[in-house]
Amino acid sequence: MSTIDVTDLTFEAEVLRSDVPVVVEFWAPWCGPCRLVSPVLEELSEEYAGRLKVVKINSDENLGLTEDFKVQSIPFTAFFARGEMENSLVGARPKAVLKQAFEELLTAAGA
Amino acid sequence: MTETAVQTTAATVRDLVIVGSGPAGYTAAIYAARAGLAPVVVAGSVTAGGALMNTTEVENFPGFPDGIQGPELMDSMQKQAEKFGAEVLWDDATSVDLTGDIKVVTTGSGDVYRARAVILSTGSAYRELGLPDEKRLSGRGVSWCATCDGFFFRDQDIVVVGGGDSAVEEATFLTRFGRSVTMVHRRDQLRASKIMADRAAADPKISFAWNSQVVAIHGDEKVTGVTLQDTVTGETRELAATGLFVAIGHVPRTELLVGQVDLDESGYVKVEGRSTRTNLPGVFACGDVVDHTYRQAITAAGSGCAAALDAQHFLASLTDVVDPVSPGSALVSADAGAEDAR
Repeated sequence: MSTIDVTDLTFEAEVLRSDVPVVVEFWAPWCGPCRLVSPVLEELSEEYAGRLKVVKINSDENLGLTEDFKVQSIPFTAFFARGEMENSLVGARPKAVLKQAFEELLTAAGA
Repeated sequence: MTETAVQTTAATVRDLVIVGSGPAGYTAAIYAARAGLAPVVVAGSVTAGGALMNTTEVENFPGFPDGIQGPELMDSMQKQAEKFGAEVLWDDATSVDLTGDIKVVTTGSGDVYRARAVILSTGSAYRELGLPDEKRLSGRGVSWCATCDGFFFRDQDIVVVGGGDSAVEEATFLTRFGRSVTMVHRRDQLRASKIMADRAAADPKISFAWNSQVVAIHGDEKVTGVTLQDTVTGETRELAATGLFVAIGHVPRTELLVGQVDLDESGYVKVEGRSTRTNLPGVFACGDVVDHTYRQAITAAGSGCAAALDAQHFLASLTDVVDPVSPGSALVSADAGAEDAR
């Protein structure tokens, strides 16, 4: 398990002030497509370990963040570098698309 | 004929590759695996399990009198296929070459699978309205999945486009969250089955915009409303809403197959009569990708079974020892257990 659970309370420290780029996945227990994306993000987080980190936010329990980022559809994957959201993807995207977005995040972060 | 336990290399030629993993693909996998064909199922990296993964309770799949959750049903089908030796890949088919004797399926991670037969069960995707702002606002109020996104529209005004069973299902589900749900339908009555239509009519939170279609979606960062056009008079009016759920049917997922296998004018794979045979020898198709009409989990499963049997018959015909008059004998010899299933 190399993905980390982040909450309204830990978001700033874990994501905004992170030394490495962060991929954030908004999910919820009742969301079918989220279950499909989770294992893919898990794999990617291992593949990219050390270069970026992957965190998960339970939308049900963290309404503040869900509203802040105007999330209206999950899975919602957001890509952060130096505290800024660089990109976001809505819906269960194929692994190749997610991987491409991981690469773009690293490029954007100048890593 | 079967080559189980052969290490996968680009040069390995298998008996059967199945593309897609809904009820059709997994049922085909169960039958083919029991017949000893050791099928590879290209299940999809994030689409495995197919459309039922986005549903909640499935009430009409026979054998489950108390209903079953869609994802749970699909997990069970996957396990059943694997139990008999199907190999399920969490990967996407990104290109196929189906025209030769040896079919080639290439996946998103670059792996190449070769097989003498292929079953296509790629299912369908949600039909879009085709409006300019639809893509931009998708995930920003425009949605195709009430069970995924309904939660985010608590106490808000929601529009559901469509008049069929799935539109009513979405609308009814959304009343749990929304303040109001307006069903927009281009005719003056629902196309949904009576039980569903009655359910919607009786729901105090659901109202109807008859003879109407959505011609524009408004909103900058989020959906704020839609423009409706009266399909009879042509008059337009604005309707404020923050959620727009689109349930106007499906389109077959055949982008991958264009130029390979014969498709009909709507993009569905053409099959021969009641069989699952396409115009290409050794290529079979089943489930929603061939089905204009029924589109149910159980009919997809049934056609997946037929595809496995058709593929099995075809593979048997490739060897000379088969008695052409009774291909069934080859089926039995390929899997002694098959008799139990009949």
